[in-house]
Amino acid sequence: MVKMTIDGRQVEARDGAMVLDVAKAHHIYIPTLCANESVSAYGACRLCMVDITTKNGRNRLVTSCLYPVEEGLVVKTRTERVDAHRRMLIQLLLARVPGSKEIRDMAKRLGADGTPFPQEDPAKHHNCILCALCTRACAEVVGQSAISLVNRGVERQMAIPFFEDTEACIACGTCSYICPTGAIIMTDANGKRRFEMPHNTMEFELAKCSKCGRYWAPKKQIAWMAKKSGQPMEFFDKCLDCRD
Amino acid sequence: MKRLSSPSELERLRASILKNRDPQKSVVNICGGTGCMALGCTDVIKAFREEIAAQGLADKVEVRVSGCPGFCERGAIMTVEPQNIFYQRVRRKDVAEVVTKTLIEGKTVDRLLYPDLATGKRVVHESEVPFYTKQKRLLLAHSSQIDPENIDDYIFFGGYGALAKALRGMKPDQLIEEVKASGLRGRGGGGFPTGRKWETTRHAEGEIKYVICNCDEGDPGAFMDRSLMEGNPHSVLEGMIIGAYAIGAHEGYIYIRNEYPLAVKNAGRAIKQAEEYGLLGDNILGSGFNFHVKISRGGGAFVCGESTALMASLEGKVGEPRAKYVHTSEKGLWDRPSNLNNVETWANVPLIINNGAKWFAGIGTAGSKGTKIFSLVGKVRNTGLVEVPMGITLRAIIFDIGGGIPGNKKFKAVQTGGPSGGFIPEKLLDLQVDFDELTRVGSMMGSGAMIVMDETNCMVDMAKYFIHFLLGESCGKCLPCREGLKQMHHILTRITGGQGTEADINLLQNLCSTLLDTSLCALGGSAPNPVLTSLKYFRDEWDAHVNEKRCPAKVCKALITYEISEKCPNCGQCVKVCPEKAITPRGKKQPVVLNQKKCIKCGSCYDVCKLDAVLVK
Repeated sequence: MVKMTIDGRQVEARDGAMVLDVAKAHHIYIPTLCANESVSAYGACRLCMVDITTKNGRNRLVTSCLYPVEEGLVVKTRTERVDAHRRMLIQLLLARVPGSKEIRDMAKRLGADGTPFPQEDPAKHHNCILCALCTRACAEVVGQSAISLVNRGVERQMAIPFFEDTEACIACGTCSYICPTGAIIMTDANGKRRFEMPHNTMEFELAKCSKCGRYWAPKKQIAWMAKKSGQPMEFFDKCLDCRD
Repeated sequence: MKRLSSPSELERLRASILKNRDPQKSVVNICGGTGCMALGCTDVIKAFREEIAAQGLADKVEVRVSGCPGFCERGAIMTVEPQNIFYQRVRRKDVAEVVTKTLIEGKTVDRLLYPDLATGKRVVHESEVPFYTKQKRLLLAHSSQIDPENIDDYIFFGGYGALAKALRGMKPDQLIEEVKASGLRGRGGGGFPTGRKWETTRHAEGEIKYVICNCDEGDPGAFMDRSLMEGNPHSVLEGMIIGAYAIGAHEGYIYIRNEYPLAVKNAGRAIKQAEEYGLLGDNILGSGFNFHVKISRGGGAFVCGESTALMASLEGKVGEPRAKYVHTSEKGLWDRPSNLNNVETWANVPLIINNGAKWFAGIGTAGSKGTKIFSLVGKVRNTGLVEVPMGITLRAIIFDIGGGIPGNKKFKAVQTGGPSGGFIPEKLLDLQVDFDELTRVGSMMGSGAMIVMDETNCMVDMAKYFIHFLLGESCGKCLPCREGLKQMHHILTRITGGQGTEADINLLQNLCSTLLDTSLCALGGSAPNPVLTSLKYFRDEWDAHVNEKRCPAKVCKALITYEISEKCPNCGQCVKVCPEKAITPRGKKQPVVLNQKKCIKCGSCYDVCKLDAVLVK
């Protein structure tokens, strides 16, 4: 355990924890867009910047999602400088995805009333902020890496290989659940699961429960679950509700 | 080749190389570097070989394709030994005359001698050319006499002697102390103390450790690392082997950008030759120490020069940086302790071990020791590579060595440190160049590019140019760099397009502040430098663009117009070159007429007019 200070409070934190974890544990709000406990920290949105002073007296701004706690660390989660940078960052995002309600709400919370930058066409990025939560979840949680980030810099996009239907996607929808801006829209209708990704759409067939007759999971995901679990395919004939 | 199994065998090999070389034998050293290659040295080399054979001199004269001595402006360059005659701008057609007059008759071909820029007097010897005499050449000392494809040339000049010394009598900790005491700081950009980095890696937990050589030089106008790797790869390799021994690493990588094909080739050959001699591989010089080096070719991303992005690329992943709160010396390549140094840093190591830390620390300033190679480019007369002691003034580099600004133009600024370095104005020309001084004035040492600008450069436009470069090279991972550079470029485009306001400048400054403080890596973190220094030292130009809609340097197209003066005699040159047919003749000896509506401000008429009858307003 290490002893440290966060916003004036003396706290203890376990070795290896990140500053963001400590803040959360003590109910201190730090805005984040690319952090999620299910996946490894990434440090792309930079909103979780905090002011730190080490016990040697070195003062700087760091991303709290990636900065490991240390003995004697003094953290300030809100300073004038931190707030100003967060406002600037969210204003940059507002210009990128003006159609995103989540970003507009966060901007309001961070004290940004609109953006000084020219707003892009909402149809250009479809609310995608390139936080890479979807791609990390697909790789680290599902283990499929069906989606990834392609191109460099301003051309960067979330994509499936060559924007064509991909074998690797099992239609589980993890990417849609984890997306902080609703940029991946998943709908189940007429025996099909449909994904509207920022730059392409995909459709998958759903399987019917042999007992109640409801569509309950994508066929590809069932095959994946059977393979992972070692259970026979018959095990997945019934939906979760109808199993004994 | 015979494998050397002890340091003494290396000494014996060197003795035999020295014995077998006749110091009086004629040698034609021709630079085979990329600069000279672009100027036709491959043809010149071939012609020399043919002519020498035709004249029956094959036994008496050796033709050596050497590394790059740095005077690229004057390529193809060559020396004739033992007289040390220096010829410049040599072309294929000159070869027969050089063979007859110099090699046979012992006379000089005067028109190929270097003309002193001040006096016009022809200089005979390489050792007297002002471009060289004012430098302190340690790393480049033998570059014009070493064939990078021949390890014996390197050994001739004492090469691998430092490795032998290290393996024979020095413990790893002693080596680290020596490098620490020398004060060597990383030449790749950061300027981190090399010895301390080695020490951290040595003491980091882990059985397997790596040493890495960063040869992913991607700065526009920079070619220090390329020239060293092309021209003297063994000096880099020797440094890496010593470093690996000190750190306790048995595997190393040289990461070279694939756009440097000659560097890739020469480094590969150097590795092979060193292995054959037993200077690399298992049981180096019989010491029991094993070290293997592999080359990895980069795909041309600027950001891969950043250490964590480079390591990601080495692992076969997308070259994107990660946070370095845990240093790569502890968790680097494949999460193992990894010591990454730049080409020039590694090449300094043998010099330090051979001559001692005290000698090295005696060169330079309090905080920056040794020499630094700069690539001097842009609006300067002597374009090339210059190696100077730390602490030399910018003025000495640009005017004494560089020969000043061509075309009687006035110096305006020099950008040091690559695309994200700052612009340094004339009033700071007497600044002593070292890591700390450059940072103090808002620029940086970077890897050592030096781009000189004159009065015809618009400093707002230059800031836009470099932001555009960085925008194209940003990996796009972190928000401030990706979205911030995009907006900075929008604002700069507005200002240079005559649409800028005072509010734009304020917003730009705030954006710069956010990029500096919040970017994930040094690419975004240093990207604001050109904008901030341009604003700091050339604010009048910004004010002119914003308030008066005027570009003082007459560069920004939206803010200038071309006009034809009364003295135009209707020679017709501009009429011919105008791509838009915007210029029409009126008749004999009458000035031509320029249709402003059709003019796209390409400047072709201005460039072609010999009578200064085209005016820019």
